[in-house]
Amino acid sequence: MTLNDMANTDVCKVVNVNIGGSLGQRLSDLGLCPGTDIHFIRSAPFSDPIHVRIGYYHIALRRSEAKYVEVEK
Amino acid sequence: MSNIVQKTPVVALAGQPNCGKSTIFNLLTGARQFVANYPGVTVDKMYGSCTIENQKVSIVDLPGTYAFTSYSKEEMAAREFILNDSPDLIVAVVDASTLDKGLYFVLQLLEMGKPVVVALNMIDVAHRRGLYPDAMRLSEALNVPVVPLQATKKNGSKDLLEIVGKVIAKNTNSNSYQMDYNELTPFIEKLAQTIERGGFLSTHPPYWIALKLFEDDSAVLELIQKNSEMAKEIIPLIQTLKEEISEKFSKTALAMLTFERHTKARTLFKASLGESKEDSSDSADDSSDKHIYTPSLTDRIDSVLCHRILGPICLFAILFVFYQVSVTLGNDLAARVWPLWASVETFFISKLPIEGFIVDPIITFFGNWLVKSLTAIMNYLPIFFLMFGFVAILEDSGYLARIAFVLDKIFNIFGLHGQSTLPLIIGGIYVGGCAIPGVVATRAIPDERARFATIMIVPMMNCLAKVPLYLLLIGVFFANEAGSSMFFMGTITLIVGLIVAKVLSLTILRSYPPSPFIIELPSYHMPTFRNVINESFRRVAIFIKKIFTVVLTVSSVVFLLIYFPNLSEERTQYFANEQTKLETGFLKAVDKTDYAGQITQKDIVPLLIYQSELRAMKMGKNKDQAATINDEELKANPLYASIILRKTPAGKSIFGALRKVDSKRKGLRRNYSTERFEGSYLGRAGKAIEPITAGAGFTWRINVALLSALAAKENSAATLGALYGIDGATTAESFKEQESSFTPLHALALMLFMAFYPPCLATAMMVRAQTASTKWMLFAILFQITLGLGIATLVFSLGTMLGFTGVEAMWTFYGFCFLIMLIIGFIPIKAPDYSLQALKT
Repeated sequence: MTLNDMANTDVCKVVNVNIGGSLGQRLSDLGLCPGTDIHFIRSAPFSDPIHVRIGYYHIALRRSEAKYVEVEK
Repeated sequence: MSNIVQKTPVVALAGQPNCGKSTIFNLLTGARQFVANYPGVTVDKMYGSCTIENQKVSIVDLPGTYAFTSYSKEEMAAREFILNDSPDLIVAVVDASTLDKGLYFVLQLLEMGKPVVVALNMIDVAHRRGLYPDAMRLSEALNVPVVPLQATKKNGSKDLLEIVGKVIAKNTNSNSYQMDYNELTPFIEKLAQTIERGGFLSTHPPYWIALKLFEDDSAVLELIQKNSEMAKEIIPLIQTLKEEISEKFSKTALAMLTFERHTKARTLFKASLGESKEDSSDSADDSSDKHIYTPSLTDRIDSVLCHRILGPICLFAILFVFYQVSVTLGNDLAARVWPLWASVETFFISKLPIEGFIVDPIITFFGNWLVKSLTAIMNYLPIFFLMFGFVAILEDSGYLARIAFVLDKIFNIFGLHGQSTLPLIIGGIYVGGCAIPGVVATRAIPDERARFATIMIVPMMNCLAKVPLYLLLIGVFFANEAGSSMFFMGTITLIVGLIVAKVLSLTILRSYPPSPFIIELPSYHMPTFRNVINESFRRVAIFIKKIFTVVLTVSSVVFLLIYFPNLSEERTQYFANEQTKLETGFLKAVDKTDYAGQITQKDIVPLLIYQSELRAMKMGKNKDQAATINDEELKANPLYASIILRKTPAGKSIFGALRKVDSKRKGLRRNYSTERFEGSYLGRAGKAIEPITAGAGFTWRINVALLSALAAKENSAATLGALYGIDGATTAESFKEQESSFTPLHALALMLFMAFYPPCLATAMMVRAQTASTKWMLFAILFQITLGLGIATLVFSLGTMLGFTGVEAMWTFYGFCFLIMLIIGFIPIKAPDYSLQALKT
């Protein structure tokens, strides 16, 4: 499954980030790299972007970006 | 590679966005701040200075970044400054409450090899979350000094200055921290050694270059490729090493590097909290953590402000208040401050030679013109100040990121970004705003394509200066539907703006490289009063600096265009004759009295000026006060006062003659200026383009008004007033009289044209500054003229053809645009293909 499939209060671990380039770099700079635990917080009012928590900080990303982040429960 | 004065040590402040870096910068530098651009990019370089133990230290505030890759101009600017300008010390500012993230940044900074001091900011917030990171322990682990502080309360700034002073005094040029990448280390070292042995790029640490090469950093790769000898040796080596890595670990080097850094950051984080390394050896899972995450106030606020339904409602309410306060309060403040500008105006004008009977000395005319152009813009300063203050509050508090979160989806449909909201609001998303600060506010948009699209549509919003014209025309032609007409003007601009943004994104902006949206949602903070005020002052000051010379130059040019060429010999003679006639008539009346010889031709204009000055002095005074003034004047200036106050029979009769001269002179002056204006280059241009604007129903007079609006939008109503020879109060009436053929349809076309008309020149200059390109500025101007004229022509010609009334045309057009907006919203913008980008590097 990907980060996109997560729903309310899910906690998942990142397995892989299937993208390189600026997006891959940015994802990993903000902590979305294999081994990280992600807490799903909510979707935005129009269901996109999504709000997740990693460790002690919160980030928002678009669904088109989240789909590259492979996670497992 | 600018060399800042050799002897002054340079300290750079580095940190991630939202770490409180600018608060520390303000704390250290106080008011001594300056702003410049990093070479070749539109990234602000903030710098200032402070004194540490009697030594001046220059401080540079680097742009806030998450890392130092070559993917964004901010990151490039920061890293080039660190590597090329070799600051004596880098203060790495980290948010202690999100230290896990901050340490990831610090590790990368350390790899650049410069001396580093870590400032553990917002330590109070961390404490409130139950996190007690230990500075000593962290300092030992990183081998650099670590200072806890709370910048908003000034706690710890003394300690920071002391340590900064000490490190500078030591004059070291490096730090001794080297991160261990475990299994990858041998690969990195091998590459680093080759680089070092070849003596390549000796300005940069070889270990860092090696890391960047494994990260596919395009800028470093380019540097390598510049030197063919170096490229020959290194490029094949990287290839083999990378292949080896992916074979051995079945992962990319990039993924492994970031993984190691994050793991290291987390281990350091936990160690700083007093947990042993073994507890959390290979797991980044924070559930095994002693410090279980407890929801903070920020989480509770977010559950309302980011809520599906409540979120947009709160957003709307907050922005509504923001908007109302800055516009209403701003207008009120502007009115209060106005007497100050008025007195400046009077002061300068009083220094100019006095006006002539009909023809004023050119210097007087020009001086008047310049001073008034400046005060017209100065008048907006209070509004700018409030708007910039609000932006600072939204930024400081952390709410700005939530606005982006809530609205991104909608804006993204039209090629914009969640962060486009604020610039559009400031530009006047409904009625009243200003495109200048609006365009400035686009700098917060991280995506270049969306940023350019936003810059292009901000000037189409309804700035304050467009409103007087709307009010004038609606008052005359749509009086019965005033409310709904204003709603039409207020919202049509946004609808068309969204369409334009989408069209631009699908066409000329298509090739712009996409940037990821991913943003941090920082903890909420109470903005400090000091910071907000500082920020407003700073931005207003930048604005004044940038705009002052532009306004002066542009209004000088416009002056030449409306003043020249001179009237024909014949007409000049005519006015001279008329003047002589009036003067001799008046002097004849004088000669009949005992004032003969005391009042000469030279006294006529001063007498008239004296009269209006006296009137102004008595304005708003009661009868007794007025009488006192009269008495004083009779003593101080008996000659003039006795005439103007009609104290003697002779004075009375001269006053009568003067009044006649006064009214005739006014008529002549008006005719003279109208003729001069009509015959001027601008007037001729207005006439010349009449065929083009005929489709939109504009007469040449309107053309001239619109041309003059280029200098500043508020000119349009004023010029129309001047052209119809009337003061503001009666413009509406006379307008109706003089343009009797003008129908509501004409008025609608005119309003629409005004709405999409090119940015005023001050805004155009801001567009240039924000896009760093004259081409884009010219495009913005031409594009908007075409769009405005196109829409006005369409509405007017089609409306006339179909026999629509103004109101019918208005709502038909509205429905049409709304439909187009819906349709165009469905056209997908090609999703950024990030994988392609990855292959390229």
